[in-house]
Amino acid sequence: MEVPILKQGPYLIASIQSALNDADLRFLRDNLVERVGKMRARGVIVDVTALDVMDSYASRTLRDIAHMTRLRGAETVIVGIQPEVAFAMVQLGLTLEGVATALDLEEGLEFLTRKARAAARETAERAS
Amino acid sequence: MRKAAVAPAKQQEGQSVIGPHTAALLRELVSHLRENRTQLRQEWARRITEARLLTAMSTEEIFAEATSVYDNYVEALETGTFEALQAYARNLSERIIPRGVETHEVVGIVLLLRDVLARSLFAKYQHDFALLNRILDAYEPAANRIATTVAVGFVQERERTIREQQEAIRELSTPVLQVRDRLLILPIIGVIDPQRARQLTEQLLRGIRANRAKVVVIDITGVAAMDSNVANHLVQTVEASRLLGATSIVTGLSPEIAQTLVNIGVDLSKMTTVGDLQGGIEQAERLLGYKVAIAAPATQDE
Repeated sequence: MEVPILKQGPYLIASIQSALNDADLRFLRDNLVERVGKMRARGVIVDVTALDVMDSYASRTLRDIAHMTRLRGAETVIVGIQPEVAFAMVQLGLTLEGVATALDLEEGLEFLTRKARAAARETAERAS
Repeated sequence: MRKAAVAPAKQQEGQSVIGPHTAALLRELVSHLRENRTQLRQEWARRITEARLLTAMSTEEIFAEATSVYDNYVEALETGTFEALQAYARNLSERIIPRGVETHEVVGIVLLLRDVLARSLFAKYQHDFALLNRILDAYEPAANRIATTVAVGFVQERERTIREQQEAIRELSTPVLQVRDRLLILPIIGVIDPQRARQLTEQLLRGIRANRAKVVVIDITGVAAMDSNVANHLVQTVEASRLLGATSIVTGLSPEIAQTLVNIGVDLSKMTTVGDLQGGIEQAERLLGYKVAIAAPATQDE
């Protein structure tokens, strides 16, 4: 099951629609990391609202995506983790460390916009 | 040889089923206990006081309870049915549990009664050792069953009380409150056990979802003690809310709790902590971009 990746302004949005197997996850990771460069994206949003299970491989892949895209110049935010999923993840020790999270797509977009604005301000300050 | 083979079989029969022979003995026993009711009852109450049992009750109360226990006891011996006694034991437990009567006291008084009655039987039948033996054969199993019935009744009643109280605590459980748009507070009061921690976390996560919260202030002023388990639950709650995109601020750590946490080496680096609830809410408002200002300076004349 391939995950559609949409482009919205400077951001990429990957909306996971159903449970993914390990190969799908790897495909999503490779695809995103490649497209970040091709589309000159500044941010990536991975929407996992439809997932009601998150295993260690999925959570590691999400973390990898975040770290890899950061190296390619785009910030990743994971949005839409269900309360039950969050609880189960924490109990398994899968806490997505160093990865930004947000409640839903809207929040994720706002987070990326704010982040971009802060980065721009910082650059302007350094230049002056 | 033949006699020796028959004797144990007969004894067994007497123990397992209450035959007409045993019934006659029990009747005799009961009439003896009825005749000496006043004296035995007093003796029992005296022994209870002497053994320092039921210290939560006054002497008059002990005597009154002793009387009704005694009558129920004799009745159970007479009828061989334990329903009335069971009901009475439950009723008694209901009355005395709130007053702090312990299990060992209840078991103690029943065993004392058993002892007092057995002694009076010894005194009465000491001239006829064979009869005493048969009387005791009839008395002991019944008395044991009565002791068990009362003790089990007490323990069951106590467990029921404990269960009810646990449920009450759970129902009083923690509310998730919205203070401002996108700001929730979770005041935790009392003991955090694994079950409650789970319930707390689930409630908070649902609250975050429903109110679209960005910041959560978890106030633990009302948590008396903390160990590594509780601390881990707290860390888990904080991490789970982060997965939903909410920042948590923990407030109200008492000096004792702070010391404990440092001593047992819990890693709290992932948690933002602020001294008190007010400070926590102020910090949260800053995070959310609120600016709180006094509308007009307060007039001094009024």
